Amino acid sequence: MQQQDALSIQNVSHSFGSFQALKDVSLTVPRGGFTALLGVNGAGKTTLFSLITRLYDNRSGRIEVAGHDLRRQSGAALARLGVVFQSRALDPDLTVAQNMEYHAALHGISRREARPRIAEVLAQVDLADRLNARVSSLSGGQSRRAEIARALIHRPELLLLDEPTVGLDVRSRAEVVALTRALVQGGVSALWATHILDEIRPGDGLIILHKGEVLAHGNAGEIGDGDLTRTFLRLTGEQV
Amino acid sequence: MSRRLTPRMWLIAFLGIARRETLRFINQRGRFLAALVRPLVWLFIFAAGFRAVLGLSITPPYQTYVLYEVYVTPGLCAMIQLFNGMQSSLSMVHDRETGAMRTLLVSPFPRWFLLASKLVAGVIVSIIQVYTFLGIAWLWGIEAPPVGYLTVLPALFLSGLMLGAMGLFLSSTIRQLENFAGVMNFVIFPIFFASSALYPLWRMNESSPLLHDICAVNPFTHAVELIRFALYARLDLLSLLVVSGCLVLFFAGAVIMYDPGKGLWARRKGGA
Repeated sequence: MQQQDALSIQNVSHSFGSFQALKDVSLTVPRGGFTALLGVNGAGKTTLFSLITRLYDNRSGRIEVAGHDLRRQSGAALARLGVVFQSRALDPDLTVAQNMEYHAALHGISRREARPRIAEVLAQVDLADRLNARVSSLSGGQSRRAEIARALIHRPELLLLDEPTVGLDVRSRAEVVALTRALVQGGVSALWATHILDEIRPGDGLIILHKGEVLAHGNAGEIGDGDLTRTFLRLTGEQV
Repeated sequence: MSRRLTPRMWLIAFLGIARRETLRFINQRGRFLAALVRPLVWLFIFAAGFRAVLGLSITPPYQTYVLYEVYVTPGLCAMIQLFNGMQSSLSMVHDRETGAMRTLLVSPFPRWFLLASKLVAGVIVSIIQVYTFLGIAWLWGIEAPPVGYLTVLPALFLSGLMLGAMGLFLSSTIRQLENFAGVMNFVIFPIFFASSALYPLWRMNESSPLLHDICAVNPFTHAVELIRFALYARLDLLSLLVVSGCLVLFFAGAVIMYDPGKGLWARRKGGA
């Protein structure tokens, strides 16, 4: 593995009974870049994320986060990951601050240490004024931004975002995309799972996952060759 | 920046999990009231009514005849812990359905530690409930020796851990909240009624030797007896051993079921 990679996956497969969800997947996410994991629903994106976060055990191949093997050094690997799940992961009955403090504690960060970090990340996601609001009172867009803030508290090297714009209106979607790109500018690496082609720019890294297989991996501009939609449909055999 | 998990970080993680459980408990005041009302109804209504019907001979740890309310009190303490363990189990299934569970499981701490922390936090909450119940019972005139209120604490902690671990194990086998009603009917009620919580085992033996044997092997019976003896500053060694053994068994089962590599739950699609 190259030292500069935030994430390296080599020959990973995963099955649910007789259904093979991932087939010999290999990919890398370079440090400090925005990499899109593009695939239609059911392509295997969430399964891949579940393996990277150890919600599922990878029984074949190798996954390394910032050089740490997920099986042998799972603690060190998970400490370097910030995860924004597809579904809501904040406790709606608690306030934003209480959720953040809980997440900080799960990474061994005390409340005293966490407070300035919470203020910092909430300011980053423009939610500083919602610190003491109950999560259940946040709008969909605010909730997603709060999820991103939560994932940043322990200062991860790699941010995994599993279709974070699903269910958001156009404005909130644009805000979340812009926020993540700003974080990448600040030095965090991001792996952004999506099925929305508009969220990908020519300079981004791109991995096209389809039916559990990596069909393309490289620079989005080069893979798309001027028309990413056409390339995607050609590679996957999907219809518009 | 160093990412090694120091002992201080383990303590912070435990306190964070315990704080969240406490906050959830405080936010759900109805849960606290329900946890108290249930045993109090049994104590004030059921026990008062059955006092005249059920005769109790002198059985250890009691050194004289006792009122039925006195006999049933340790069983009701265990009942609070049983329901609290099931409530924790319900909250685990709820967290899994809403996605909050993933936040816990992607923490860099080992999964056994995260589960154990959640378990201990739940037990602390249940002990607060039990002492509140014992306080109300004391006001009603149901008193144990003063030292018993101290010696019962480790027994409550151990029985709470065992019943919580049982709930944890059950939660790993339940896929949806809707299935929880089945657990109530097929787990909680048989466990509670087929125990020494409401009637002494010799009474059971008189009506049905088979039922007596079932009650005698029920771990909940041993949790009740552990609490009963401890409340009178005595130790029931058999109960201590059974409760400790069941705790190890249930907790090991829960850790295996929640392990991404071994658990049945994680092998199913959409597990977490």
